[in-house]
Amino acid sequence: MTGAGVLVVGASQAGVQLAVSLREHGHDGPITLVGAESQPPYQRPPLSKAYLGGAADATSLELRDQAFYASKRIDLLPAERVTHIRRFPSGTALTDQGRVLDFDRVALTVGARARRLTVPGSDLTGVCYLRDLADAALLRHHLTPARHVVVVGGGFIGLEVAAVARSEGRDVTVVEAAPRLMTRAVAPVVSEFYRRAHARRGAEVLLGAQLTRIEGEHGRVTGVRLADGARLPADLVVAGVGVVPRTELAEQLGLLCDGGIVVDEFARTSDPSVVAAGDCTVLPNPLTGEGRVRLESMPNAIAQARVAAATLAGKPQPYADVPWFWSDQYDLKLQIAGVADGYDQVVVRGDPDGEAFSALYYRGGALLAVNAVNRTADYLVVRKALAKGTPLPADLAARADVPLKDLLVATPAP
Amino acid sequence: MPTVTFVSIDGSRHTANARVRESVMAAAVRNGVPGIIGECGGNASCATCHVYVGEDFMPLVGPPGDLEDDMLDLAVSDRRPTSRLSCQISVTEALDGLVVETPKEQP
Repeated sequence: MTGAGVLVVGASQAGVQLAVSLREHGHDGPITLVGAESQPPYQRPPLSKAYLGGAADATSLELRDQAFYASKRIDLLPAERVTHIRRFPSGTALTDQGRVLDFDRVALTVGARARRLTVPGSDLTGVCYLRDLADAALLRHHLTPARHVVVVGGGFIGLEVAAVARSEGRDVTVVEAAPRLMTRAVAPVVSEFYRRAHARRGAEVLLGAQLTRIEGEHGRVTGVRLADGARLPADLVVAGVGVVPRTELAEQLGLLCDGGIVVDEFARTSDPSVVAAGDCTVLPNPLTGEGRVRLESMPNAIAQARVAAATLAGKPQPYADVPWFWSDQYDLKLQIAGVADGYDQVVVRGDPDGEAFSALYYRGGALLAVNAVNRTADYLVVRKALAKGTPLPADLAARADVPLKDLLVATPAP
Repeated sequence: MPTVTFVSIDGSRHTANARVRESVMAAAVRNGVPGIIGECGGNASCATCHVYVGEDFMPLVGPPGDLEDDMLDLAVSDRRPTSRLSCQISVTEALDGLVVETPKEQP
């Protein structure tokens, strides 16, 4: 150790948590938290919900007061992007402001960038994305006068934006290339529920629809063209077509990357002295230890950052949290616990047409995950069951007359 | 600016300046008050901002909503009649001086 301390690259939710947790573990040396955005670190999930809908402003999204960072001796450097980094002969990073940052240990919490559209017309004014506060502010600016909104991509971001836009009375069309919504995250029964829920509220959802170009006049969006020749009028196009993890710095450090920076259950990269956390990583499924999953979510950013901090502090603790996530669309609250990858059975409780139901995912009879729509109790029971390893047998879970929480009590952990 | 005081299990007190309309949880987290985590950012999804509201303030603060009630039922370790999720308590001028206790552990 040279006394240069820990450098946390990315003043994100994961970055802030990592720095704070390091202090809680008693790390006494310098901590530098450097981030490319000019705002103090803030929460991203509300950007597509309360912020876009006008119920939250930028100040209310700040994770901590400025004074908090000073009190924890966390040296916060906003509006500086680390562009070059090396570990040998000594740890040194260079920012786009020309600053040199020396470090003993480095943590990467650099997140991901929104994947960009590549069709002709993608550079027209009125084509928006939603990843950071600047994106959200620009989107809000364009949404206010918009009449026809086309959302490209029927994932969480696209559907949340569609819900806000539709709730404000805009004409909304969601264009999704896959045959159903939120393909990667939920079962067909949940996809179909959301298609119908959006349709009931007057948003049009086009599935299996391929965007071929964006049309404009005087540099501004006027419509989009689909592969089947259809033309949709649009004065705003919002693309939510996934993210690309930022792996550039990891690659400079020679770290293994595979759709994200590869880390183990201790948040260690292929160089065990370097940790990484949050949306930039792929990690073993926390519930099974198998494979590599990317958990693009705030709860994962926090949980993994805590793990990374413990590793840096020399008190390694494996990732043990049950992954969870939520999405707000209109008055529908979707809560997800677990990881449904590889499921072979889905049990539905409640009534999708009544807009309150849950879907429990199983593989070989073992509980994997839940998607609960306006059924918080089911979400909580499954989350608890997954945390404790309590089985919730599918045949009993399928019975509407059996409250799920009774199963939690009736089938104690072995 | 209204203030909220957080009393931890060992009796230590932290007083935070709160903005009107923000949640009690948000005021705690911004100011780094120990014992309040607020992992989900105020979404009533994690129950890591559980507090016991001071008896004097219960009539002003009121009871939990349905969703919050489920959370308190299933997700907190020691529910009491004064249990609330602090992310669901909106700060008002009338709540100036609010005192809440933080539980022994957040889930």
